[in-house]
Amino acid sequence: MEDKILLAHGSGGRLAHDLVEKSFVKTLANPLLTRLDDSAVFEVSGRLAFTTDSYVVSPIFFPGGDIGKLAVCGTVNDLAMSGARPLYLSLAFIIEEGLLLSELEKVVNSVRLAAGEAGVEIVTGDTKVVPRGSADRLFINTAGVGLIPEGVDISGGKAKPGDKVILSGAIGDHGIAVMSQREGLSFATKLESDCAPLGGLVADMLDASQNINCLRDPTRGGLATTLNELASQSKVSIRIEEKNIPVREEVLGACEMLGFDPLYIANEGRLVAIVSAKDADKVFEAMKKNKYGKDAVIIGEVAAGPAGRVVMKTVLGAHRIVDMLVGDLLPRIC
Amino acid sequence: MCLAIPVLIKSIEDKEAEAEIGGITRRISLWLTPEAKVGDYVLVHTGYAINVLDQEQAEETLALLREIAEAEEAG
Amino acid sequence: MKYISEFRRSELAEGLISHIRHQSKEPARFMEFCGGHTVTIFRYGIRQVLPPTIEMVSGPGCPICVTANADLDRAIALAQIPGVIIATFGDMLKVPGSRSSLQKIKAEGAGVLTVYSTMDALKAAEDNPDRPMVFLGIGFETTAPTVAASILQAEEKGIKNYYVLSLHKLCPPVIRALLDSGEVELQGLVCPGHVSTIIGSHPWEFIASEYGIPCVISGFEPLDILQSVDMLVSQVEKGQSKVEIAYRRGVRPEGNRQALRLMEQVFEPAPARWRGMGEVADSGLKLRGKYRRFDAEANFNIEPGPAVEPAGCICGDILRGVKTPADCPLFGRVCLPESPVGPCMVSSEGSCSAYYLYGEGHGG
Repeated sequence: MEDKILLAHGSGGRLAHDLVEKSFVKTLANPLLTRLDDSAVFEVSGRLAFTTDSYVVSPIFFPGGDIGKLAVCGTVNDLAMSGARPLYLSLAFIIEEGLLLSELEKVVNSVRLAAGEAGVEIVTGDTKVVPRGSADRLFINTAGVGLIPEGVDISGGKAKPGDKVILSGAIGDHGIAVMSQREGLSFATKLESDCAPLGGLVADMLDASQNINCLRDPTRGGLATTLNELASQSKVSIRIEEKNIPVREEVLGACEMLGFDPLYIANEGRLVAIVSAKDADKVFEAMKKNKYGKDAVIIGEVAAGPAGRVVMKTVLGAHRIVDMLVGDLLPRIC
Repeated sequence: MCLAIPVLIKSIEDKEAEAEIGGITRRISLWLTPEAKVGDYVLVHTGYAINVLDQEQAEETLALLREIAEAEEAG
Repeated sequence: MKYISEFRRSELAEGLISHIRHQSKEPARFMEFCGGHTVTIFRYGIRQVLPPTIEMVSGPGCPICVTANADLDRAIALAQIPGVIIATFGDMLKVPGSRSSLQKIKAEGAGVLTVYSTMDALKAAEDNPDRPMVFLGIGFETTAPTVAASILQAEEKGIKNYYVLSLHKLCPPVIRALLDSGEVELQGLVCPGHVSTIIGSHPWEFIASEYGIPCVISGFEPLDILQSVDMLVSQVEKGQSKVEIAYRRGVRPEGNRQALRLMEQVFEPAPARWRGMGEVADSGLKLRGKYRRFDAEANFNIEPGPAVEPAGCICGDILRGVKTPADCPLFGRVCLPESPVGPCMVSSEGSCSAYYLYGEGHGG
């Protein structure tokens, strides 16, 4: 019989202590974490970026990743979108009673690998176990801290007419990969989530130019929602061209079958950059040299139009508005 | 209405088939198209093939559209 | 993707657009009946590229939009019977009924399962043998045969807990009712492509011969729609009225005989309620007596309560093509995609949803 997580593992006693030591600390070992104090203590000087996120993805294992990798990459990316170099993460697990120990360890190992690639340390954590039915197998909450280099000032409100809009790679991979595991939609694909830490890509981009006005990762709600948010925050219009937007064949195929629009599907390893026209090419070239930006495309530009409006030129040369996602994506027959 | 897309039949087992579009594969039903064969393209609506796509007609339509495009460009 | 991408090519679109512009002299109003065509038209901005002589108007071919509140209330009431699971296509989840929606009752704990296919519903029925699995049968002649097949499969496999609530509808009778109402004058009809895949081209003949309206059966890619408009313009300019198949790769004149056979085996015509049009004779499908044991109507005590139409909602008028979303006092103010009042705003192919999401620039 496989070892399972029990309520007792979260109650602070010997069982809980052993779990933390063996499954978390040993795997994620770093000097701050190993001290096992109630809080991690460190010094940083400069402007800090600080973020928090919760991860409730279901299923917890999907092609190309799992909830652990997602938690690290998602948090790291939030910091990177402010131009920060991600430093330290906290990791709090809410475990549903009955989760297999082997599954937990697999997730923690993914955390280790992702943190290693991202160059961050998990310095503090927490574990709670809740009764069966109170959580969907595993929820993870994180917080992250990063350091913003001098002179870097990136915000969703800074886009200006004339700026170029750059997308780092093909859209829809994560959402479709996760959906392929869901009941009731049964389709098979070799497609993997694009889940990836983008701190390195952002650092390369900032090395090329500091005239990057906005950075955002198009997660839930997809590219369409992200562009709408930026257009609203900056009180500008954004104009993009359908033929420039990269979408993998598998994503197109799944979208055709289920009636989705790739513009609304979640990504976990992509970013949108809005860059001053004069430096756009430099930033673009820097992106192409990075593993996570090699498929970057300039998809459009910022215009002084009605605030918050995103307009797309279709393959027919006509224009249509791209709104943000409302509610959930549901597969349709019509 | 009636989203139906062309998929390629890769294998058939009894009244069901493995079909593929752009690298996505799905099990579909051939209850409505018993004549479908491996290698056919079928239009699939809600998991059922509703028609064997007429590839010859598809090519003819495209040829017709190309003719129109060329004539318009010349004229 | 084969047989999709080729029909989206911009250089071929340019040729068709140019040809339409050269040909079209007579002002003409064309209706695209089918919601799927409406989506393509808005998604690619087709109205913008057509000459001003052509006006496109959307028709009631959205099976979601035309489902009457009273019928959706029945589905909701069924789902609220303890133990029952309603399996539904995603399209229906957010449509508001008189008091609630499938999505809302799902959040309250009712058994509502979203499926892509009846195959998924059958599997769920097998996996949950002690819970009744009721499939919500929405859709026109394209979908009805698939539901018929699912009932025959349930019979073959001895699945005892599978039922269907049939709200299926037929297109030709409602087009006749629409034309008889005299509310909308048309010079051409873009006929549904996949309905025609099943029923063929003959059922549309009456539109050309009795009403003198040109008909072209169209596919769903932008080039398909443009080609169909081109063919309609050609008929209009020549003073013809006949039924033509543009979608030759997907439609044969005789339709799909096997699908028609299965549909006739399991279903028979019945009166049906259409939002905005009331009851239309022989425009719906109900299960034949032989398949009573699969019929949700016959096996469950459904008590939906009185049907209430939302005040101010003119979905009915929009579906008949006599008003546009811009005419609706609720559109864009109270009735929004995140808080829809009527189904035209919920359904991905409802006129209001298309107008709202794809926005500006449409000529009509």
